[in-house]
Amino acid sequence: MTAISMRRLRKTYGEKKAVDGIDLDIETGEIFAILGPNGAGKTTTVEILEGFRARDKGQGEVAVLGQDPARPDRAWRNRIGIVLQTTSGLDLLTPREILTSTAKAYSTPRSVDDVITAVGLEEKADQRIAGLSGGQRRRVDVGLGIIGRPELLFLDEPTTGFDPQARRDFWELIRSLKDEGTTIVLTTHYLDEAEALADRVGVIAAGRLLALDTPAGLGGRESAEAVVSWEDEAGTRHTVTTATPTAEVSRLAALHDGREVPGLQVIRPSLEDVYLSLIAPHIVAETEASS
Amino acid sequence: MNTVALGWDRTLIELKQYIREKESVFFSFTFPILLLILFATIFSGQFADAGPGMSAARFFLPGMISAGVLLTSFQTMAMSVATERDDGTLKRLRSTPMPPAAYFLGKVGLVLITSLAQLAVLLAVARLAYDVALPADAGRWWTLAWVFVLGIFGGVVLGIAWSSLATARSAGAVVIAPVLVLQFISGVYFQFTSIPHWLQSIASVFPLKWVAQGMRSVFLPEAMASEEMAGSWELGRTALVLGAWAVAGLVICLTTFRWYKRGTT
Repeated sequence: MTAISMRRLRKTYGEKKAVDGIDLDIETGEIFAILGPNGAGKTTTVEILEGFRARDKGQGEVAVLGQDPARPDRAWRNRIGIVLQTTSGLDLLTPREILTSTAKAYSTPRSVDDVITAVGLEEKADQRIAGLSGGQRRRVDVGLGIIGRPELLFLDEPTTGFDPQARRDFWELIRSLKDEGTTIVLTTHYLDEAEALADRVGVIAAGRLLALDTPAGLGGRESAEAVVSWEDEAGTRHTVTTATPTAEVSRLAALHDGREVPGLQVIRPSLEDVYLSLIAPHIVAETEASS
Repeated sequence: MNTVALGWDRTLIELKQYIREKESVFFSFTFPILLLILFATIFSGQFADAGPGMSAARFFLPGMISAGVLLTSFQTMAMSVATERDDGTLKRLRSTPMPPAAYFLGKVGLVLITSLAQLAVLLAVARLAYDVALPADAGRWWTLAWVFVLGIFGGVVLGIAWSSLATARSAGAVVIAPVLVLQFISGVYFQFTSIPHWLQSIASVFPLKWVAQGMRSVFLPEAMASEEMAGSWELGRTALVLGAWAVAGLVICLTTFRWYKRGTT
């Protein structure tokens, strides 16, 4: 089952092709992370899917939960949750007040208390949002996104401003939503977040889908060469780049008669390395184009 | 929930936010009341020999009611919608299944409740503190009702339309400037016929002058109609002008309203 399907998705602003022909299917129940530099078509793509922005007329096909998002109606909105960027517009209300009011717009909302617990705002539920920290406000946004029990949840930079523990808690919340069957589309700049949560990752730059894979497999990362490094008796660091790091480690172990190899490290390219090498040509191209 | 129930829920949320924003309570709700007390006190001497039943409070009451109509409807709407468009509140509401009409019903509910409460306080202060006689006949109360409702409705739709010209940062200037100017040229603070004729003509284009004139017809002695621009209260023309503005405002609203701020979605 596909939750979202797009074919030849295009959006042009004058001469600029913000989205330049994207084909992509997002499966029901998966967590899909969209990565990409700012101004590369990522936000435009997501906003078309969210029903906020119209794609180029007569171009391509898009279906979100089986419906064209260019014509969002109430029944469709009822099945979708969107966590937008934080706003200051809720400052004078409490989390409980705005959650209670928002819940009324949906046909089968979650209970307000459950949502407050899920996002960890029990202590702050009845305080003005103006007095909440950045991370706590973000949890209000997330609470508003999930209050309607959405089948499909869009998360836009959800953990900006979270401390490390709050991020871990948030990841647990997202995993529990996935366990309930929610499809989640996540845009993030945190690659560790994409790696921790996403079933698949799509990299968008220059309006195109550059890569589509599991976080582990992106850009051939699984089969990429690893760097093995260690220190000798004199404390000098040695490095070997190899496609067979296990063999190299065995050789070192034998050399040290089974004792610990000092400073042993095996480093595979991180998701960040792969991501940066993927988008690098497009960053250069864009700079040249504008100069 | 249906649209009306959601609209009522929005009204309650709007009211909570309104009451908690001290600036809005002061500048739109309390301001005309304070001015009435101030003017009634400062100018009481000038009305000492104005005849029985006439006083500074009675003279300024219609103007303060009209200023209140402008502030609670037009100013509240223009400022809040501009801010909510800018800070993403409108976009967030648009992302939920809430019907758009519920948002506007919430706004109308907020304005109706605050403006009626303000009118009640103004009448109570005038009656109890300054012994102003309230209209005794049903005809004048009926005039008060329709001038008030047409004025509020026009203020709401024109305020929403005007909000498109402002951003959260510029709302203060973009909204308050016309509000102030209109009050000064529309006979809210001074006797309308004491301002230059060409200014009267300009003011006559806008609804506030007609609201104020309608309110004067309700609260001032019949004899004072002769001091109006046309020598009468012109209630028929008042209804036409206010009705035309209400319809024009609604059309502008429906054709220009945006949920997202310019340059974003």
